[in-house]
Amino acid sequence: MSFYKITMERVIVSMQDPDMGMKMRNQRLLITVIPHAMTGRDIVDWLIQKYTITEEEALHIGNFLVKYGYIYPLKEPRNLCLKQDETPYRFQTPYYWTSTRWPASELDYAIYLAKKNIRKQGELIEYEKECYNALHKRINHTWDFVVMQAREQLRASKQRRKADRIVLECQEQAYWLINRPPPGVMDILEQGPDRRNVANTRVQLVSGQMLAIFVKYCEQYQDHDPIMQGCLPSNPWITDDIMYWNMNSETVTMPTKLRVERWSFSFMELLNDPLGRKELLTYLEKEFSAENLCFWQACEEVRHGEASKIAAKVDEVYKQFLAPGASRWVNIDSKTMEKTLEGIKHPHRFVLDDAQMHIYFLMKKDSYPRYLKSELYKNLLAKAIVPQETKKSVFPFMRRQRHSSPSPALVTQTAEDNGKAKPSAAKANAGTASQI
Amino acid sequence: MYPSIHPSIHLSTLTSISSSPVIIYVHLAVQQLQTLCFLANFPLAKMAAQEVQPSETIAKLKSESEALKTKLEEERAKLHDVELHQVAEKVDPLGQFVMKTRRTLKGHGNKVLCMDWCKDKRRIVSSSQDGKVIVWDAFTTNKEHAVTMPCTWVMACAYAPSGCAVACGGLDNKCSVYPLSLDKNENLAAKKKSVAMHTNYLSACSFTNSDMQILTSSGDGTCALWDVESGQLLQSFHGHAADVLCLDLAPSETGNTFVSGGCDKKANVWDMRSGQCIQSFETHESDINSVRYYPSGDAFASGSDDATCRLYDLRADREVAIYSKESIIFGASSVDFSLSGRLLFGGYNDYTINVWDVLKGTRVSILFGHENRVSTLRVSPDGTAFCSGSWDHTLRVRE
Repeated sequence: MSFYKITMERVIVSMQDPDMGMKMRNQRLLITVIPHAMTGRDIVDWLIQKYTITEEEALHIGNFLVKYGYIYPLKEPRNLCLKQDETPYRFQTPYYWTSTRWPASELDYAIYLAKKNIRKQGELIEYEKECYNALHKRINHTWDFVVMQAREQLRASKQRRKADRIVLECQEQAYWLINRPPPGVMDILEQGPDRRNVANTRVQLVSGQMLAIFVKYCEQYQDHDPIMQGCLPSNPWITDDIMYWNMNSETVTMPTKLRVERWSFSFMELLNDPLGRKELLTYLEKEFSAENLCFWQACEEVRHGEASKIAAKVDEVYKQFLAPGASRWVNIDSKTMEKTLEGIKHPHRFVLDDAQMHIYFLMKKDSYPRYLKSELYKNLLAKAIVPQETKKSVFPFMRRQRHSSPSPALVTQTAEDNGKAKPSAAKANAGTASQI
Repeated sequence: MYPSIHPSIHLSTLTSISSSPVIIYVHLAVQQLQTLCFLANFPLAKMAAQEVQPSETIAKLKSESEALKTKLEEERAKLHDVELHQVAEKVDPLGQFVMKTRRTLKGHGNKVLCMDWCKDKRRIVSSSQDGKVIVWDAFTTNKEHAVTMPCTWVMACAYAPSGCAVACGGLDNKCSVYPLSLDKNENLAAKKKSVAMHTNYLSACSFTNSDMQILTSSGDGTCALWDVESGQLLQSFHGHAADVLCLDLAPSETGNTFVSGGCDKKANVWDMRSGQCIQSFETHESDINSVRYYPSGDAFASGSDDATCRLYDLRADREVAIYSKESIIFGASSVDFSLSGRLLFGGYNDYTINVWDVLKGTRVSILFGHENRVSTLRVSPDGTAFCSGSWDHTLRVRE
């Protein structure tokens, strides 16, 4: 889960590349001069140039570099964000990178706060004061060591040049602002529940021909992709007009042209559309082979139905479709029939698979191509609707009312509750109205 | 006894002021050494005096690996081995895409972790860290149902194909099914059915072609197929070496396979009948957070913590495209295709959504708006819009 440390550090290392990295300069901080600093503007410009991205994206990324502690601001250390101006920043020393020193130890935090406390003679910020007191209670047994370390570190730092001292303090402060964020500030290190991680290829060859199917598929479906090409009459999410959904519903009397066209793309497309399936059934009835589709559907119900009903369903299927002299006998080859009849003596979910597949491919190879050439299909395609594009509203700023629709749960429930008191139509499913 | 100075003092002196680039490289190697030294209690002064010249070895190794890479490309080219973007060279490039947020769903009190569309193309179910599962009519933004789970981090939720029930689970290690009742007075939790039982958190769940079966994946390293009515385990799938994080059912004609992705960096394709792993792909460098089939079922895409998305061709049994950019630092948490399969939407942990041209491998668009990680993303069943859920407590529907 912490792979981002690798990718982010790649960026940071690129930024510090001697040839292609950032140009750094000295930065004046009050009366001290800090070396190897850069401005927020420089950082954004470098990111734009290096990764060929927009200013918005560069600022977005730059902000993460600061929020995760790889770059820290020199002037307003508590404000961990990237400003796209002359505000000075510096690279954090790798010693303090989140990848090297995580999680931060309580002891280290105690020493840090103790140092601050001594330096500021007791004037810590509110939340730091609380943390300090809490730590004092929790690790009281080592408190002498904590204070001793704090004093030693302060003494050692006094012997440094002022510029070095300031930088050290900034680095340390930046580190703690991230690892112990003040209340109200988002904890960027939060990762979600723990994942167990385990920590190691075959070379296969692919020809252009194999990959051409993806190009073909995308081309074929392009006009049917509402996000890419839009849809007629209009996309409901954009215009608030649900005409598109109404015109494409299951129960519509006359489908749209695009929809009927799509049935010709593959047998699966035809079967997946309930209207298409209905049309296919009509056609098959004319051909006296409707039992194939019914058999296929019955097999689906066995495969995907309740475990407890399998035996009963298989028995039904046998009686209707497989038994000698059955009313809707399906024409399966003798080998498959033999195997299936043997299998249903001990029925299980997949016992009809072979027979189902046989019938499926029979329909796909034979009935389906003939259906597409039939008058039934061609007439439907000719009559199918091409919706008009929704006219733009005369008052574009007035939003159309967004109509509720009956919940699918309601539709099925009314079917079940036949005879009982029915809940009133669409009003029944009104939840908390929270229109924007 | 003389108090020993805390090591941080010495090291800061070494590293801070003179943080010029050359020394950065040295630090990266030194920090490994220093961890070792701390653990082994070596005095720091001694360590600093040791000669460390990692830069030489690094440069040498780098040039060696570059040479090998070139050789491999040459051999591949000889055998006409290609990648998807090469085949798609003649395809027209896509123009600029303008995708706006059309709906913002506010109502969750904490991070949104998962969402799923209803087949009616407008309703969705979403689940969050605080245990709440909400069913919305995303079109009107009305909330229609709400359930409070007895656990936090509800990482998985799914809408039943009939639209009459939802399934969800998370840190309770279970997957439960709630029938959606329209009686305002009825407590949905009362009719809850406990279906799946794992030995670790539930990471994903999906109904198969009907309301009667559920497929689950878990932090216990397995996937499983369950009968909803009885709670019976129908088939279990073993093979991942670590937590399984995601799954997707194949849209194939025979409808018998599914793909799963896990913390072992593998994506496995399974036969639902036999429980066997029939194909396995291991090219990601970190956890796979999301897998989704290409609409034809001939391939699937994955999103990973290694900040890349990849496309795997099932017939070629190989990765055929990588969707990545050096400036994308954070992992992809969730991926889905547009209806035609031309666009791949990826929700990332850096709060953005990147839109990829699947054929050409280039990024078409980057969408801002969420204020925290994007944790879940699905395109609607008719492809008119897509919905993203985020740790910023909201869901957004965009076109």
